[in-house]
Amino acid sequence: MKAVHVQYFAILREQRGLTAEKLETDASDPATLYAQLREQHGFTLPVERVRAAINGDFAPISQVLRDGDTLVFIPPVAGG
Amino acid sequence: MFKLSSVSIDPAALRRELPDQRAGACVTFEGWVRDRNEGRAVRGLDYEAYLPLAEKEGERITLEARSKYPILAAVGVHRTGSLVLGDLAVWVGVTAGHRGAAFDACRYIIDEAKARLPIWKREHYTDGSSEWVNCAVRGDVAQSNQKALGEISPR
Repeated sequence: MKAVHVQYFAILREQRGLTAEKLETDASDPATLYAQLREQHGFTLPVERVRAAINGDFAPISQVLRDGDTLVFIPPVAGG
Repeated sequence: MFKLSSVSIDPAALRRELPDQRAGACVTFEGWVRDRNEGRAVRGLDYEAYLPLAEKEGERITLEARSKYPILAAVGVHRTGSLVLGDLAVWVGVTAGHRGAAFDACRYIIDEAKARLPIWKREHYTDGSSEWVNCAVRGDVAQSNQKALGEISPR
């Protein structure tokens, strides 16, 4: 198990009802953790439409999670 | 330079940072909040951003523009928070020796910013409903969004 700090924005923030939480998880990567969280909280977006940022920068959704990482799931963007 | 702003963007103040005696061209772009999107009547919107990464990615985009085009300076600002019709949502200014590079770089920066910055938009419609743009998951809208997402090159 490792501790991961997860931050939520936009549609995921609303569906989770939180802006951030610390999770103890055995998920190996963001994709696996997202699938678990989606199941728990009913996130509507499938994992294929979500990107990840780890420790402040974009990262592959399959990057190995390490203890203490800060993870942000990025829903489809809509700036401009 | 690329920044996010939680307060109104002041184009005149931003423009004052651009003058350069080597510049023969200054191209600026203003993105405004429009009254319609995808056929729906819009009354306003909220922007939310993952601020440090949005500014970092915006800075990368302006640096890319500087390496791709012979320009002198590039500045971008994107709003966060609640905006109403006509509000300035995003501003880009580019200076260059000649107009071609200034136009091209300005277009590059706004196009990449729209596709890449971790910024989200909740639109509010005149019928009282609202939704996160690009986040629908059923039917044609979801499929077209999926296609659009696939067109963004992975980074």
